Amino acid sequence: MLRKTFDNELQQTKDDILVLGSMVEQIVMDSMEALKKRDVEASKRIYAQDHKINEKRFEIENQCMILIATQQPMARDLRLLASILDVASELERMGDYAKGIATINIRLGDQPLLKPLIDLPRMAVKSSDMLHRALTAFVTGDADSAREIPKEDDEVDALYVQIYRELMTFVIRDPKTIERANMLLWAAHNMERMADRVTNICERTIFVATGEIKELQTTYDEIERMDGDKSAS
Amino acid sequence: MNNNSNHKYAIETRDLDIFYGSFKAVTGVNMKVERNAITAIIGPSGCGKSTLLRAFNRMNELYAGTSIKGEVIFNGQDIYAKEVDPVEVRYRIGMVFQKPNPFPKSIYENIAWTARIHGYRGNMDELVENSLQQAALWDEVKDKLHQSGLSLSGGQQQRLCIARAISIRPEVILMDEPASALDPIATLKIEELMQELKKQYTIVIVTHNMQQAARASDYTAMMMLSQEGERSGTVIEFNDTNIIFTRPQDKRTEDYVTGRFG
Repeated sequence: MLRKTFDNELQQTKDDILVLGSMVEQIVMDSMEALKKRDVEASKRIYAQDHKINEKRFEIENQCMILIATQQPMARDLRLLASILDVASELERMGDYAKGIATINIRLGDQPLLKPLIDLPRMAVKSSDMLHRALTAFVTGDADSAREIPKEDDEVDALYVQIYRELMTFVIRDPKTIERANMLLWAAHNMERMADRVTNICERTIFVATGEIKELQTTYDEIERMDGDKSAS
Repeated sequence: MNNNSNHKYAIETRDLDIFYGSFKAVTGVNMKVERNAITAIIGPSGCGKSTLLRAFNRMNELYAGTSIKGEVIFNGQDIYAKEVDPVEVRYRIGMVFQKPNPFPKSIYENIAWTARIHGYRGNMDELVENSLQQAALWDEVKDKLHQSGLSLSGGQQQRLCIARAISIRPEVILMDEPASALDPIATLKIEELMQELKKQYTIVIVTHNMQQAARASDYTAMMMLSQEGERSGTVIEFNDTNIIFTRPQDKRTEDYVTGRFG
């Protein structure tokens, strides 16, 4: 078969995306666990580990550049390599969200959490699970799954709204809780953004498979949410 | 022939079949060549690219036993119609070949002789300079116009052939692998030159080099042999070059441009 060497190298780069993906899943779950347990030392370790994700991202970027320069990829191969560059950057940003959650835990210091964390870890589990399946779809070119996964973003958004409302009740009851509430809201926002980025990865999967770049509409709408909040208050 | 170049397309083929004797080499080509643009014809060896190109100016007729069915419309007129003089067709639709083929004459005479044969009566020095300028060769040869054309490098010889082709003011220039015998720098010079030339001329180029088609052309026609029956070449996909090389619609084009054909 023609282009065996190139195909092997493309496969290697896809494998590396999976490696980077699992590093991100791990750091997201670890950062949430550390926050939940108020383990500041663990968060400091996570904070220091983020550079490994960045390095892996640059390594993948470099592999793509070399393949583009030496193999002159066309059509589907070109779309795949361009998309790998994009997905690697999405993953790096997700790593930054985990680092952000570690920062929150460090900044909370010895203050107790406002409430035991239940929904926030759920958001992390859901987002990581979506990410895992989105990356599997990406490396296997499974456009059908890529069309389905973003629909689950609604669940993550719903958890975010729930957390938001809950935290607001704390703040209204006792304005002194505002800083701690704000930090947890920040963590929730990071998880919500992570799920949005999973949608971006799914868009890329469809692009590689079909050549069409189309923004996937998650049924949940930002404006709708703001309206909903107004009526709820 | 008509002088009307208001037609949107410089060349248009209608159900064009091309035969070598009884063998049908090319089948059913319907293709529209846009004016002042570069159209590339790509495809694996033996799929009829050069045969199709040569049908655009009746060059095939120089080989015994060739014939066509269908039409090749140039400026609204079928160039294969009875009343059309094939010599005039080739004068309006010029050709540059794979191997540079300057006449064994001086650089100056390569152009002047061609122009005289075609009845040019104007200022010859001006025409020679102008043609060499347009072919981006003037600066390199202006001090040695009376040296043999064969003394030039391969890339320069090819540009001399382009200068010769444009000296008689064709409307279309057909190029059959014009850079395949040249080194990468000379190749890029030809490609740059094509970008200049398309402002005044319509260019159709046959190339084996996909990167060249991707770099240099505006439209790309992908040719391939049919898989069944008599194995005749045809255009399987025709589109903007940008689309052919980023998201071709036909699986066979995809396999060919990604190097996975066969």
